[in-house]
Formats: sequence, C-alpha cells, structure tokens
Amino acid sequence: MANHQDDKIDKKKRSFLIAATTVTGAIGAGAIAVPFLSSMTPSERAKAAGAPVEVDISKIETGSMITTEWRGQPVWIINRSKAMLDDLKKNDLNLSDPNLDVISQQPNYCKNATRSLKPNLVVLVGICTHLGCSPSAKLQTQGDMGENWNGGFFCPCHGSKFDLAGRVFKGSPAPINLVVPPHKYINDNTLLIGEDNKG
Amino acid sequence: MKILTKLFLIFIFVFPNIGFTNEHLTLDKAPIDLHDQASLQRGAKTFINYCLNCHSANYMRYNRLKDIGLSDNLIKDNLLFTAEKVGEPMKIAMNKKDAKVWFGANPPDLSVEVRARGSDWIYSYLRGYYRDPSRPTGWNNTVFDKTAMPHILWKLQGDQKLNEEHHTLELVKPGTLSAKEYDAFVGDLVNYLTFMSEPSKVKRLHMGYYVLLFLGLLLVLTVKLKKEFWKDIK
Amino acid sequence: MKIETKIKKNKGGLMAWVDERFPLSSLITDHLTEYYAPKNFNFWYFFGALALLTLVLQLITGLLLTMHYKPDAELAFASVEYIMRDVSFGWLIRYMHSTGASLFFVVIYLHMFKALIYGSYKNPRELLWLFGVAIFLCLMGEAFFGYLLPWGQMSYWGAQVIVNLFSTIPFVGPDLSEWLRGDYLVSDATLNRFFAFHVIALPIALLGLVFFHLVALHEVGSNNPDGVEIKKNLDKKTSIPLDGIPFHPYYTVKDLIGVSVFLIVFALIIFYMPEMGGYFLEANNFIPADPLKTPAHIAPVWYFTPYYSILRAVPPILNSQFPGVAAMGLSVIAFAFLPWLDKSKVKSIRYKGNLFKRWIALFVVSFFILGYLGTVPSNVWGQFSNTIPLIGGVDKATVVARIFTITYFLFFALMPYYSQKDKTKPVPSRVSYK
Repeated sequence: MANHQDDKIDKKKRSFLIAATTVTGAIGAGAIAVPFLSSMTPSERAKAAGAPVEVDISKIETGSMITTEWRGQPVWIINRSKAMLDDLKKNDLNLSDPNLDVISQQPNYCKNATRSLKPNLVVLVGICTHLGCSPSAKLQTQGDMGENWNGGFFCPCHGSKFDLAGRVFKGSPAPINLVVPPHKYINDNTLLIGEDNKG
Repeated sequence: MKILTKLFLIFIFVFPNIGFTNEHLTLDKAPIDLHDQASLQRGAKTFINYCLNCHSANYMRYNRLKDIGLSDNLIKDNLLFTAEKVGEPMKIAMNKKDAKVWFGANPPDLSVEVRARGSDWIYSYLRGYYRDPSRPTGWNNTVFDKTAMPHILWKLQGDQKLNEEHHTLELVKPGTLSAKEYDAFVGDLVNYLTFMSEPSKVKRLHMGYYVLLFLGLLLVLTVKLKKEFWKDIK
Repeated sequence: MKIETKIKKNKGGLMAWVDERFPLSSLITDHLTEYYAPKNFNFWYFFGALALLTLVLQLITGLLLTMHYKPDAELAFASVEYIMRDVSFGWLIRYMHSTGASLFFVVIYLHMFKALIYGSYKNPRELLWLFGVAIFLCLMGEAFFGYLLPWGQMSYWGAQVIVNLFSTIPFVGPDLSEWLRGDYLVSDATLNRFFAFHVIALPIALLGLVFFHLVALHEVGSNNPDGVEIKKNLDKKTSIPLDGIPFHPYYTVKDLIGVSVFLIVFALIIFYMPEMGGYFLEANNFIPADPLKTPAHIAPVWYFTPYYSILRAVPPILNSQFPGVAAMGLSVIAFAFLPWLDKSKVKSIRYKGNLFKRWIALFVVSFFILGYLGTVPSNVWGQFSNTIPLIGGVDKATVVARIFTITYFLFFALMPYYSQKDKTKPVPSRVSYK
C-alpha cells in the first residue's frame, strides 16, 4: 500500500484468484441447480401412484384379456389360446418389425416370438405408438377386420393395426410395435407390472 | 455512530431471546434423538397401533418409514393397516363428522402436530392425564385443561390423581408399565412424531454442514480476491 | 482505461455483430467498467447488491414453488406439506423462500438505514429515494399476500385482521374490505386473488421499480459515507471523478465478499433454524386455517411489528379505529418525506451534530421497541395499578408503545427544526479514504 514505486500488478496471482473464485462460484451455482432441477422430477406422490401394480391373473380366461392401469396408462394382459399363438407366425410377412429390432419396445426377456415371459400371457401398454390413442381389441379372427385378420388390435384414430403380440402391421401409420412394460411373476397367479428381476 | 452500533448490537442479541411465553406451565423436556432409529421404530409402531385410529397423518407416506430403517416388506407385513400400498399416506377411515359427534372435537391430523405444539408439549400432555369424574371421558389433563381426548394409554400408565394443593400428579393405581417405562414409551412416540413432522430434518442438518463448508471456502477466496484488486486503490 | 482499450481491441466477430444490433459493449462500460463509484464505501453499502440477490433468489424459488403449490382453500395447506415432503428437495426450496422473505426485509431495512445516516435521500437523489420507498411498499404487499398462501392459522387470521383494517376507513371502508376479500370473510376467493397478486402483479411491479431505482442511481451516481459529491472533483484530463473507481472490478469483487457472508447467514438459518424461534415460521401456522377458531395470540411476522405496534398504541377516537390505521399507514409513508424534512446543510452523519445523531438513535430505539412489542400480547408486562391517575389500569406495554409511537413520529415531524438547528461540522472537499 505504502510502496508507491511498486505499482506493478501481480498478474499471476490475480488471474489465479479470478480463476479459483470463478470455478468455485460455478461449482456453487451448479450445486444449487441440482435441487432446483430435481424438484421438477416426479414427486413421491407421483412415484407412489406410478408404483408397480399387482394383478391377479388366475381369472383371465383363455382367449380373453383384461385391462389394468399402470402409471395412468391402460395395460392389457391377454391370455392367448393355442390357436392364437399358432396364428402369430402367419402375420410375420406383413409386419413392419417382425424380429423386434426396435429394442426399446420390449424388455430383453420378452424379445421372443410371443413377446412374453409365459408363452400365452402377453402384457402390453395399450397406447398406440402413432399418436397415443388407445386401440380397440379385435381378438377374434376375421369379423369386421377382413378375411386375413388373425386377431389383434385396431386403432380407431388413424387405423393402425397390431397383432396379438402387439406387433404393428405394414402400412399402419404407427411406426413401431406396442410397448411391453417391465413385469414379472410373483407367483403363478400374481403378475407385477412395473418392476422386473433386473433391478 | 458508535452509540448506534452498540445499540444495534444490544438489540440484535437481546430481543431474539425474549421468546414467546404464552404457556405458563412448565413442560418436561422430551427425549428427542432423531438418530436413534430403534426408538423411532418403537415410536412408529406405537403411533400406528394407538394413534392411527382416530388421528390421521395424511401427509406422511408409509414408505417414508424407510428413513428410520424400515424396509418396504417390513412395513407391508407389520404396519400397513390403513392402506394397501406402502406409497400411500397414513389416512384413517373415520369420518370427520362422526368424530365431531363422538369426541366433541375433530382429532387433529398429527403429521405436523409437533411443529405446531412442540415436542415437549406433547410429551408432557401424554403424561399429564388424571382422573376427573366431572369430565365426560372421566379424564382431565394438566397440560390441556378439559381436553376432549380420552386417556388412550391409561392401561399402560395407570390412574393419576391431581393434588390440587401443589398442582402435582400422583400415581394412585399403577398400570402395566412402571412410571419409568411409561415415560420411555411416550418418549419414543414423541420422538417418532417429531421425525414425522419434518422427515427431511436429518438430511437438512447433514447437508447444511457441507454447504457451510463450501461457503466458507468461497468467503476465503473472495476476501483474497478483493484484497488483491484493491491494492490498486490508493 | 486499460480495460476500455482492451475491449475495443478485442471487438471482433461476435461482439461487433451484437454491438451493431444492441448496445452491449456500451452497456457494460457505462454501467460496470466505466461507472465510477466513490472509493470510500463501507459495510453499509453491501445491502443494495444483497437486496438484488435476494430478489433473484425469491423469484427462482418462488417459480419452483408455484409448480407445486395449489391456491385453493381445500388444498393449499396440504400442498405446502406436499412440497415439504414429497417434492424432491421441496423442503430446501420452501425454506429458502420463507427465509429469503425475512432476510429481504433485514437487507432492505439496513439499506434504508444507510440512506438515513448518510443522507442519501437528499438532493439530487430524491427520486432515487422515492423509487426505493415504492419498492419497500411493494415488498410489504408482496410479503403480506405471500403470507396467506400457506393457509395456516396465522396466515388466515393475519389476513383477516389486516383486511379488516381497511374497513375502518370512513364511508368506503366496509365495502372496500369486502371487495378486497371477494367474500364476507377471508376465503378461497381471497386466497386465489392473493396468489395472483403475489406471483404476478407485485413481482412485475417490483422488477419495474428496481429497474427505475437503478436507472436513477446511475444517473446521479452513488452517495458515500462522507456525503461528498465525487462528480465535483474531476480529473482535468480524463474528466473521471478523482475519488471514483470503476464499479467493475473493484465493487464487484468487494460485493462478492458481502454475498459470501450473506449466503453463510442464509444457509445457517435454512439448515439449522428455519423457524428462527418462531420469528420466520410461526408455530401456529402449522395448524390449517380454521375460520371458526382464532388463535390465542395473533401477531404479524416480525418485519411488520413496528407498524402493528403503532396501530395498537393509538386509542380509538369517537369509537373509530381509523386513527390507529391512519397512524400505521403514516408511519410507513413518512419515509417518503425525508428528502424534504431534512434541512441539514450536510448529508452524512459524520458531519452532522449531536442533535441529529440523538434523534436517529431515538428513532432506532423506538423502531426496535415497537417492533418487539408488536410480537407480544399487549398485556405482557401487566397493568398499571388503578391508583395511578390517567394510566391506571392500562397495559404497561401499551403505555410504552404510546411513548415510542410519539418519538417515532416526532423524529419525522421535528426534523425540519432540529436538522436546521443542528451544529454541523465542515465537510471536506474530498472523500476520506483509509
């Protein structure tokens, strides 16, 4: 202070202090951003509402389906008959993605011909992959869906068609297959949707 | 200027200490330890068995009991009486209108009761019941005169009588717990109620330590930075 | 000067592109690197920057709270507990907002006190001061509306009492308070509109006023602890004030210290005493609002208590509470008249005489005592014995509040007199530094 001759600025020290304060300040700003941003993630209430759902599957008759709800979305559980399962193969030629190459549409354990853990029981999120309508069930063969229909789903909004494994037919506006949610069997009669053995 | 600074400091230090003294009665200090998980778990069990019939805790989710060391399965098998899923809040089935008719007052939701009343108040209240035939419930309370709540825990505590002269309580008929055991029992319950009134408190205290450490570092740096720059100013 | 040439040299590419379309460089030079502030700022000059910081923090945390809060009498209380428990880090955001509200007033009061002791409201800074008073009024409104939102007992009854104050205004009062509430008592409609005021109207007004406050400040330049106008002593060559230093970097780095200390205090409260012994978050406010049950003791939050004390101290005249209400309003508005009440030849307390200093001390004492009395019931100290004439049977605290209400107003009312009579010291031509 008193030394007027020494007017030179210690540039090194100054730029070090600037850098150190800036970095520390930036870390602080980043740290406070974490709770701020995380407050916008699903809350405990949303998590509780979106918690895994237990479903009693003992009462689904062969050839029929039930609809349940998980995270506010309809989830279908279809108990397919032997004939229905056999018919699935017939659709392969007409499908957009018969080999299930789009991996995000089902967990690995359902990447098989029937898209399911137990061959007969398939679990599907009942939301059309086009624009989010819920398709109607057309489980029976033929009927109003035409001669070559082997059973499946039809979206009333834009006419997307899916088979009984939720696979989308060529020519549908929907680009990819219906989603198989994570699920597991707690015992022979109880299915848990929303949680699998991976985690 | 100096007088002012002095006055200012005096006021800053003196006034916050003149707290609210609405309650003229002396309350006993509740044994609160939010890190004592065993005590909190015992308290949670007591709360669910004894309180959660008439009192709800609508803002408290069962799975929040994880914070005091209980697993989802443990909660599900032992504590989940009023809900189906562990993510649900501690609601009760009792209708508010019925409650008003039965008790003359609505049993308050207990989620944040400790923050409204203080843990010492509840601790003293639950130990302050005495026999009073003039009351419809047969009980009165030294902390909350003419309380509408019956003495739910009387089998455990036994009967107390009010000594009008000294305004003290005497145990006339012992309950199933000794006085010491009963105090510990209520202590655990109040400890749990305190946890429930602000479940994030332990996390808050823990986090504060790191935040202050960081800000301390920031202060050191900014002081050095300012000194360096202000060398220019003469 | 070095800094200026540096900017101009580097002015290629992006900066030049922006400057052709928006005066970015000149904004930076005019308001930061070549805005000259007196070099003798002391501790008191931190609070302007801190008030701005608090405003920003309140806006951010307020925005996040709005995402989860429900302005509905049935849901409001529960939604606050939802924030405290279910929202990730909701407790932190809520405590930041509630603590921020109180600290905002701490900072603003200290900021105003600085202006008071250094005469910063005097010519040529009258408008700067008036914008400041308007900010203060807005802030009081903001705090009052915000306090209803948690919908606890204190929120509810506090709002009930304050809105009823308006009903004492002669002729239009009852209709006015009904119009404010939108109902016959504080209700869902009131909550809904208070929410609208709290999150839209007043924040916008606050931001606008703060902008004007800063424009006025940069027009006239900052005052300083000596009350010497630095613009009167310019460097003959550069016409830069001799006692001025560029705001950036000197005051930016200095304010950073203030910010760090402030954040430490802020964090200490948030993490270790968010209720601040019942002064920041009141125990009764953890009980949901109940229109049928008034709590035993209603008091406003600490930052309103001096004015509340004045309200209680003034006795009803001709069966009307209006004089008390008017006195309370006047006690706040009085600040706006300071530039014209202070006839002193000098600005700063450093060169004012003992008379003025004593009055300021008296005012500070009155403010604190009234503030304290506003937090407690008026019978805290009991009553005077009935044998004493005039004040027999009256609450002791009320009598004390009356005395200090009078001194509070005398500070303003007598200022034209004592500020003139005060023996001032000669003011130096340059600021004193070190």
